[in-house]
Amino acid sequence: MMMAALNTLLLFLVALSIPGVINRTRARLAGRRGIRFMQHLYDLRLHLRKGAVYSSVTTALFRAMPSVYLGAAVVAALMIPVGELRPLLSFDGDVVCLAYLLALGRFALVLAALDTGSAFEGMGASREALYGALVEPALMLALGTLALLTGCTSLARIFDPAVLPGAQHAIVLLLLTYLLVKIVFTESGRVPVDDPRTHLELTMIHEVMCLDCCGVDLAMIKMAGWLKTAIFSLLAADTLAAAFCLRWWIAAPLAVALTGLTVGVVESTQARNKLSRNVIFILTIAALAALAFFTAYLLQLNIGLA
Amino acid sequence: MNWLTTDNTSGAVALNEIPEVGYNDFYNDLADRLADPRYHAAHYFALPWDDRLRFICLLLDDAEGKVLLASHAMEYYEQTHLPSLTALHPAFHPFERDIAERYGVQFDEMPWPKPLRFPHDRYDRSSSMDNYPFYSIKGGSLHEVNVGPIHAGIIEPGAFRFICNGEQVLHLEIALGYQHRGIEQLLAGTDNRLRQMCLAETIAGDSAVAHATAFAEAVEKLSGRERPAELERERTVALELERMAMQIADTGALSMDVGYQLGQVACEALRTMTINTTQAWCGNRFGKGLIRPHGTDHPLTPEKARMIRDNVSDIARRYDEVRRDLKSSPSLLARFEQCGTVPREEMLRIGGVGQAARASGAARDIRTSHPWASFAKCLHHESITTPQGDVMARLMVRSREVLQSAGYIGRLLELYEQKYADGPTPCPAPDYAAPLAPSSLSFGLVEGWRGETCHVVVTNAAGRIAAARIKDPSLHNWLALALAVRGEGISDFPICNKSFNLSYCGHDL
Repeated sequence: MMMAALNTLLLFLVALSIPGVINRTRARLAGRRGIRFMQHLYDLRLHLRKGAVYSSVTTALFRAMPSVYLGAAVVAALMIPVGELRPLLSFDGDVVCLAYLLALGRFALVLAALDTGSAFEGMGASREALYGALVEPALMLALGTLALLTGCTSLARIFDPAVLPGAQHAIVLLLLTYLLVKIVFTESGRVPVDDPRTHLELTMIHEVMCLDCCGVDLAMIKMAGWLKTAIFSLLAADTLAAAFCLRWWIAAPLAVALTGLTVGVVESTQARNKLSRNVIFILTIAALAALAFFTAYLLQLNIGLA
Repeated sequence: MNWLTTDNTSGAVALNEIPEVGYNDFYNDLADRLADPRYHAAHYFALPWDDRLRFICLLLDDAEGKVLLASHAMEYYEQTHLPSLTALHPAFHPFERDIAERYGVQFDEMPWPKPLRFPHDRYDRSSSMDNYPFYSIKGGSLHEVNVGPIHAGIIEPGAFRFICNGEQVLHLEIALGYQHRGIEQLLAGTDNRLRQMCLAETIAGDSAVAHATAFAEAVEKLSGRERPAELERERTVALELERMAMQIADTGALSMDVGYQLGQVACEALRTMTINTTQAWCGNRFGKGLIRPHGTDHPLTPEKARMIRDNVSDIARRYDEVRRDLKSSPSLLARFEQCGTVPREEMLRIGGVGQAARASGAARDIRTSHPWASFAKCLHHESITTPQGDVMARLMVRSREVLQSAGYIGRLLELYEQKYADGPTPCPAPDYAAPLAPSSLSFGLVEGWRGETCHVVVTNAAGRIAAARIKDPSLHNWLALALAVRGEGISDFPICNKSFNLSYCGHDL
C-alpha cells in the first residue's frame, strides 16, 4: 500500500513538474529568465475560482465531457508504475484498458467540441480524431512489444525487473523509448505536431477544441493534458530505466527530464509541421513501433541471441 | 488619346491642364495600354467638380518613369452606365468599386460589384457590414469557415470567409470596411496643415512615415517651393528605417506563426532596436511627428546621425545571421516553400504592388521606376525580385530589403556626417502656412515598406485642399492574399496572411 501511495504521489509530481520544465527550458534557450516554475498551478487556481460561461447552443453533453476527459486521464494515470513501484490500479490486460481509457477521453473531448457547432472546433475535432486514430496503432504496438518481451499484460508486472531483463533487450527498449517520446509530442499536442502557444485558431488541433471551455471546465482539460503527458513520459522513462537496469526512483526525474528537455529544445529550435505532414510524422512512429515489435518477436525466437 | 505627361519629381498640375476626353476614347486607350505590363494605374478616382463628376486617372509608365494624367467627366445626375474596365483588367477593381459606391456610378459588366468600404447595398437601409452576403458554394462535402471580423490577438477587423473541402481551401472571400474612418473627408475638412499631417500619419499606423511622406510631397508640390536636399535625405533615412523595422517584425511574425521560437525572439529584439532608434531620433517609435511639410522639427545632429548609423549597422549584422539561419532550417523551408504561391501573371493581372509583387517576379517599385527625392539624386535603387512568388520568396525579399535599406541609411548618413561634422543643421523648421496653388492637382508617390503609396491632393480656387484621395498598397494586394490561399491547407492561411501583412485601416481609410 505504501508503494502504491508513493507511486501515485510521484506520478502527480511528474505531471505537475513537466510543464514547468518545458517553460523553463524554452525561456533559457530564448535568452529569457522565464516565468515562475509553478506558474501553471497559479493559472490553474485562477481557472478553478472562475465561473463558467456556456454557449446557448451547447447541451448537457458539453458540460459533462470535461469531467469524462479528466476522469479517464486520472484512471489511466493510476495504472502507470514509476519504475518498479506498484501502481494503485493493476490487473491483467491493463495495457489495453489504458489505451482505450485515453481513447475514451479523446472521444469525450471531440464530442464536446462538436457540440458547440463552431467551424473552428469542428476542424479541431476532425484533426484530433484523425491523429488519434493514427497514433493508436503505434501505442498498441509499443505496449504489445513490452507485453511480448515479458509475457505479461499488466504494466506493473511488465516493468518488474525480475520479469523484464533489460540488458538483454536494451536495443528494443531504446527504440521503444524513442517512439514513446515521439508519442508524447503527438498526444500532448506539442511542436512539431501542434503548437500549444499559438493564437491562430486555424492552425490549432487540441487548443481549438477547448475554445468554448472556461473556468473549471478549462482547468479540468488542462489537468487531463498534464496527466496524459505524464503517462507517456513515465512509460518512456520506465522503458529507458529498464534498459539500463537503473534504480526504481530514477524513472520519475527521468520522465520529467526526458519530456521537459526534449519538448523544450524542439519547440525552441524547430518549426511546426505543415498539417498534412503530421500524418507522415505519426505513421513514422507506427512504423518504428512495428519494427520494435518484430525485433522483439525475433529476439523471443532466440535468433542470434543465445 | 492625349495624356498630360509629368513625373514624380515635377510640381503640381493645374486642373484645367489635365486633358478631358470622352469615356469611349478613355476606355479604349486605357484598355490598350494596360495590356502592356509597363503601365499600371496609380489611382483612378471621381471627384465632384462644379456640377459635374470628373474622373481622373493617374497612369504610371514604369519603363520611362513618367506619370500620365487624363480625365473624363459626366453630369452629376447623369444616369449613363459606363462599360467596366475591370472586366478587361481586374487590376482596376478597387477603383471602380470605390467610384460606384461613392457616387452611384454604374459600371456595366463589372465582374465583381462588391462594396469596398461600405455595406453591400447602400440604397437599402437594412444592409449593414454584418449581413454582407458572402459568396457561397453548395455541396455536401464542403463547409464554410468564418474568421473575424473580430480576431484573437490585437489585429484589426476584417472578415474572412473560407469555403473548404476538408482541410483544403477552395475559395476565400475577404470583407473589409469595418474600420472606415473617413480620413479623406477629414483631410479635406480642415485647413490646419499640422492636423492634416497628423491625420496622414494615422492612415496606417505601421506606415506612418510612408503616408506622411506621400502627403508632405503632395503639399510641397502644391506650394511650389524647393526643398533642401538635407530634408529629402532625412526623410529617406526615416522611410528606410521604417522599412527595416517592419520587414524585421514580419520575419519574426512568420517565425512565430510556425512556432519557431528562436527566429521570433531574435527578430522581436532587432525590431525593438530599430524602432527605438527612430524614437531616439524623433521621440516616437513609429516616426510620427518626424515628417512635416517644408522642414522638420527633428533635424539630424552629428551625434544622432552617428547613433543611427551605429545601430543600423549592428542591426543589419545581427539580422543577417537570423536570415542565414532561416534560410538553412529544413523545418522552416518545409513550411514556407511552395506555399501560398501567386504566379507573376496573376500578380500583374490583379495589379499587385510592393514587395509582394516583387516576390512574384513583378518588379513594381516606385524607387526604381519613378524615383523621387534622394532616390532620384544620390541613390540608385535596384529592386530585389524573385520569381517564385511563395511565402519563402516574400520572406527572402523582405530580408534582403532590410540589408539593402541598412546600406542606404549608412550611405546617406555618412554623407551627412562628412558635410556637417560640426556645423549647425541646415534643415529649416516646418512651414504650415505656405500657400497652395489654386485649382491644382498634385500627387505624392512613395514606395513604403508595403509598396506604392499614392496621395492625390486637389485644391479649389481659393487654394484650399478640396479633396484628398489616398491609396494604400493593401488596396491591391488583399486580392493577392485571396488567390494565394486557394488550394492550400486552411492551416497555412496564417502564414500566407503574415507573408503579405496587409493593412486593414490603410484599405478602409
